[in-house]
Amino acid sequence: MTLSQIDEEVAKLLQLKAQLGGDEGKHVFVLKTAKGTRDYNPKQMAIREKVFNIIISCFKRHGAETIDTPVFELKETLTGKYGEDSKLIYDLKDQGGELLSLRYDLTVPFARYLAMNKITNIKRYHIAKVYRRDNPAMTRGRYREFYQCDFDIAGQYDAMIPDAECLKIVYEILNELDLGDFHIKVNDRRILDGMFAVCGVPDEKFRTICSTVDKLDKMAWEDVKKEMVNEKGLSEDVADRIGEYVSMQGGQDLAERLLQDPKLSQNKQACAGLTDMKLLFSYLELFQVTDKTSSEKVRTTETQVLVASAQKNLLEERLKLTSELWNAGVKAEVLYKKNPKLLSQLQHCEETGIPLVAILGEQELKDGVVKLRNVASREEVRLISDQNH
Amino acid sequence: MTLSQIDEEVAKLLQLKAQLGGDEGKHVFVLKTAKGTRDYNPKQMAIREKVFNIIISCFKRHGAETIDTPVFELKETLTGKYGEDSKLIYDLKDQGGELLSLRYDLTVPFARYLAMNKITNIKRYHIAKVYRRDNPAMTRGRYREFYQCDFDIAGQYDAMIPDAECLKIVYEILNELDLGDFHIKVNDRRILDGMFAVCGVPDEKFRTICSTVDKLDKMAWEDVKKEMVNEKGLSEDVADRIGEYVSMQGGQDLAERLLQDPKLSQNKQACAGLTDMKLLFSYLELFQVTDKVVFDLSLARGLDYYTGVIYEAILSQTIPAPAEQNGADEAGVSVGSVAGGGRYDGLVGMFDPKGRKVPCVGVSIGIERIFSIMEQKAETSSEKVRTTETQVLVASAQKNLLEERLKLTSELWNAGVKAEVLYKKNPKLLSQLQHCEETGIPLVAILGEQELKDGVVKLRNVASREEVRLISDQNH
Repeated sequence: MTLSQIDEEVAKLLQLKAQLGGDEGKHVFVLKTAKGTRDYNPKQMAIREKVFNIIISCFKRHGAETIDTPVFELKETLTGKYGEDSKLIYDLKDQGGELLSLRYDLTVPFARYLAMNKITNIKRYHIAKVYRRDNPAMTRGRYREFYQCDFDIAGQYDAMIPDAECLKIVYEILNELDLGDFHIKVNDRRILDGMFAVCGVPDEKFRTICSTVDKLDKMAWEDVKKEMVNEKGLSEDVADRIGEYVSMQGGQDLAERLLQDPKLSQNKQACAGLTDMKLLFSYLELFQVTDKTSSEKVRTTETQVLVASAQKNLLEERLKLTSELWNAGVKAEVLYKKNPKLLSQLQHCEETGIPLVAILGEQELKDGVVKLRNVASREEVRLISDQNH
Repeated sequence: MTLSQIDEEVAKLLQLKAQLGGDEGKHVFVLKTAKGTRDYNPKQMAIREKVFNIIISCFKRHGAETIDTPVFELKETLTGKYGEDSKLIYDLKDQGGELLSLRYDLTVPFARYLAMNKITNIKRYHIAKVYRRDNPAMTRGRYREFYQCDFDIAGQYDAMIPDAECLKIVYEILNELDLGDFHIKVNDRRILDGMFAVCGVPDEKFRTICSTVDKLDKMAWEDVKKEMVNEKGLSEDVADRIGEYVSMQGGQDLAERLLQDPKLSQNKQACAGLTDMKLLFSYLELFQVTDKVVFDLSLARGLDYYTGVIYEAILSQTIPAPAEQNGADEAGVSVGSVAGGGRYDGLVGMFDPKGRKVPCVGVSIGIERIFSIMEQKAETSSEKVRTTETQVLVASAQKNLLEERLKLTSELWNAGVKAEVLYKKNPKLLSQLQHCEETGIPLVAILGEQELKDGVVKLRNVASREEVRLISDQNH
């Protein structure tokens, strides 16, 4: 049958269905949401708001903007972008106008937005619902309407810095959400492809072997190897060679070692990937992402600096400095006390998680200095004013 | 063929079509959004966030919770609820499963939610997009996807108190949004119906005459009268009698006067409405909003499901904007209208299998209209709208300071400071300063070789160029 013949037959059958009363014969008040969708009740909304606030604060802290796109796109915008998954796209009925489909993810709309507005550089986040007609038998309990929360950096930049920032953001978010311990796996498409090449995987099998290797997080190596050999037609030798590599984990040291690997070092792609992996890890160290012991307390305020005094009669100076900080957009607090004790001011910081305290003291004021202390580490920095403050 | 056999055959054919590659022949990237929809760019999102924060703060201040519902409902849920407007509903394609439609408003999903969860009392707000296939020729510039912002109080309570709170909320929101002067018209379905009855309108013409009266905010009385007489078949006498009433406006005093009106006072419905109107005004006085509320007999509002008080908020400064998208539920709300609502006691009962009534009163804020007003204000104002909230850019004055920049930026992030760093190993100081000016970042931390040796970081106020030198007691 040709496509148009199929369309004709479908149309005839739907017409017949409509005539038979379709699903409209019954006027029962069906009190349900559509399959695969759900309401959010107030409790769920409160939790959702908390999670969004943490995530969005992180994005904003990193200087990201946000955009929004329509819930449906022109069908042709989504056509040909999702491969096999295209059959899961929700189409709108042809009601005599443009053919439309509900968005399947936020990435294709993002690409359309960039191209449409001729944007070459942007750091954006987008939190919105997407729609997939998942087959209920296959994926019991999965939603067909669900949130996606994307962060992307578009543009030509010096290598690996934006990549490192993305990882820093994931790290910050997972810490703040307080979900327990986590780890982030990194790899590189070029290293994978180089690895397949030196193991003897034929070029045309790269992608399909890649999706088999991907199953290692769910299946044991023996089963993955079986699939490679029995279903994907690799020889046992090749599979074993792959097996040696994919069992490797490490940090910057692994990247160094692999650059010395006799086979991999001959592969141009792998070398490029490994060199960038080393660079990435050096930035991750500067970003302190390799440190796993930090876990931030969930705060209810966003205050960054408490303006405090070490002696009495410094209320005026405290208020003035606080006001200047607010004018500069810094989130600052000051205790509503004319002569608070330093200890209670520090306690307030610890209780509410304020990270920095600016301590005004008589002697320092004479010297034109303000001490800025990191509450957690107690490290101090002395601010010298060039002006009369 | 039975229905299920049809479904099976359709599924098989669609499967075959998908295998044949469906519509995937062409791989052109068409660079448009669907008709009647638009993207929100970062500036618009920043304005949107500001507006939502003001509105949501107000709802929260009044103790409202929020819910969310799916973007599409079962087609049968929406069927029969919108009268003539039903043809504007977006349907999803029959792909072998349930028949679905995109939600047309937030009120019907709310009624479904209440009935489904057997809820009898709730004070809820819901801000989300709704979908209407407006005919572009008729309503040029209107969006087909637009935000609605609804606040509703459901439950059996003592008369008019929740109704008064809704008006107080509209008042607070419009004040805080700083959109200039506004007034809120109130009326009551029962007063309207009573008025029509005593003027001699036949029962079966009530609703259609109501929608004609509704046009008084856009058309002069002469034209409205013409429509009543020529198109809707009223006699001139009846039309004139209506004309006398609908020109009346006032406050609690008007309600008092009308309760003395020889004809109206004989009509039970009108009396009930007028008594409640007096009560409403007494509460509005306690809430201190009477300075902006007017009892206006010409206010009609199109929707069928209102059963009691109805209201509409109108900005005095009508900035004529091309995309006159209102958040109200029906077409034909006047220019300058930014909110509308009323009491609808019968809707939830339509969803409940036992027909249990849950009385509701609510308001819909015309948020798209507010967005476009705020966007226009932003354009004409000298103040720049920032699209990010970054406070500090970490910059370097010389080459080879990337490591120090990344370290300091990371420490700032760890301390919760909103910071950025350019993705360049050796950026020029000038381009870093320019980035601050373009995006409104107020402070720049400048790292320099000499300063690093001295253990100092310069913190500069971008606008004023004032600098402060941060001396580190540790090795940084």
